Amino acid sequence: MTKATAKSPWVVHVNCNSCNGCDIEFLACLTPMYDAERFGVVHIGSPKHADIMVVTGSVNHRNARVLRNLYEQMPGPKVVVAMGICPATGGIFADCYNVLGGVDKVIPVDVYVPGCPPRPEAMLDGILEGAAILAQKQQNTPTVKPVMKLKIVKPAPAPAPAEAPAAAGATGEQAVAK
Amino acid sequence: MENMMKWLNDPVVRSVLALILAPVLGGIIMGLDRKITARMQGRMGPPLMQPFYDIIKLMGKEPFVLHRPQILYTMLHLVFMMITVVMLVTGQDLLMVLLIHAFSSIALVLGGMSVRSPYSWIGSQRKIMQILAYEPILILLILGIRLRDGSFLGSAVLESQEPLIYSMPLLFLAFVCVLAIEFGKSPFDVSSSHHAHQEIVRGVYQEYAGPFYCLTEIAHFYELALGFGLVMAFWHTNILCGFLLETVVFLFLLVVDNAFSRLTTGWMVRYMWTVPLSLALANLIWLWR
Ligand code: SF4
Repeated sequence: MTKATAKSPWVVHVNCNSCNGCDIEFLACLTPMYDAERFGVVHIGSPKHADIMVVTGSVNHRNARVLRNLYEQMPGPKVVVAMGICPATGGIFADCYNVLGGVDKVIPVDVYVPGCPPRPEAMLDGILEGAAILAQKQQNTPTVKPVMKLKIVKPAPAPAPAEAPAAAGATGEQAVAK
Repeated sequence: MENMMKWLNDPVVRSVLALILAPVLGGIIMGLDRKITARMQGRMGPPLMQPFYDIIKLMGKEPFVLHRPQILYTMLHLVFMMITVVMLVTGQDLLMVLLIHAFSSIALVLGGMSVRSPYSWIGSQRKIMQILAYEPILILLILGIRLRDGSFLGSAVLESQEPLIYSMPLLFLAFVCVLAIEFGKSPFDVSSSHHAHQEIVRGVYQEYAGPFYCLTEIAHFYELALGFGLVMAFWHTNILCGFLLETVVFLFLLVVDNAFSRLTTGWMVRYMWTVPLSLALANLIWLWR
């Protein structure tokens, strides 16, 4: 199972006020030129199917809770890859009044890929690094799970979806500080 | 050898064999599909066993549902698909097979509808449109078999000496369109496309997570194996010819998948209810005695 996990990292991409440079570059990784699918990487739309969350952009006060919500919707084991210099430190936007400056202020980050934007090769490397960490986490989670122990996630109240009860919080996963 | 054949004819043994082999076959078909598609687009593509890695990985994820009925719907989806496979290999009533298969899809739609997520709803509605588009053709197909062999039983088809494709070539063409819909191939991939994971077409799977998503994937493997089993049944007298037919259909679907873009649900229903439906009806005319 560890091997299978390392071979099939499904990626969800979250844009937290990025300048779009990283996003375009990241999507370009999926084209035939770089072909991320040969490593089993699939670009997934729903955080509920994803193993790796790729975050681009410096996080601001407004989308921090969206980011946390999305992170909590991912079933564990999960890995966060910070793509670009913005999600690492805030990058060129670090001095803005609204910017938190770094994804790790909101959710634990496992891999930082520096660059503005990073080269596609570096991005692929980052994702594969993330897959390796994912496999490690999979190994470290206790294998004897109670079969039908379920975690019920209450849907967010309809008018204000941002106020979802944080019932889905992951276990005490700590960031592998790099 | 004789003993072996007798043993294979035992319905229980057959069902167990089919239940074990079908997902393996389905997974390999899907792996081939991804590989060949990648090659057609000039990419390397994932390894052949990628679908199996995916489902093993999904099994190991955290069980994660929105509410308990969702588990029930997922299970129903898989179990009814398995029942369809068993009924088909034991040669049961084809109408019953059709209805149970339809119920399996409906369970998936119910699961998608049962949560309060607009993506899931839209995806489910598209899935319903799909079911609406292909069911009439399947009914006509079964009617054609009834007219030819005088029985609704699947075993009657296998017992007849003449392959189905001789007497119903037009119905076969209509059936290929149905296959394209069920496998999520362009231009019919309005729901559950293999390749557009981040678009609304995967909406119906949106709210399934972890092991439960894995169950729907396994059900899809069964569906793939089922579809190809049916193609095989069109030329059951000669296994080699059946296999050839299957390969041709598979490659044809892949080429069409890569050459066309996705069209709207309305177009799909209009198309399915005109061209393949009239093909099927025309075929019925000369079967009518
Ligand atoms: S790292 Fe550079 S390219 Fe990427 S989002 Fe920040 S400013 Fe844009």
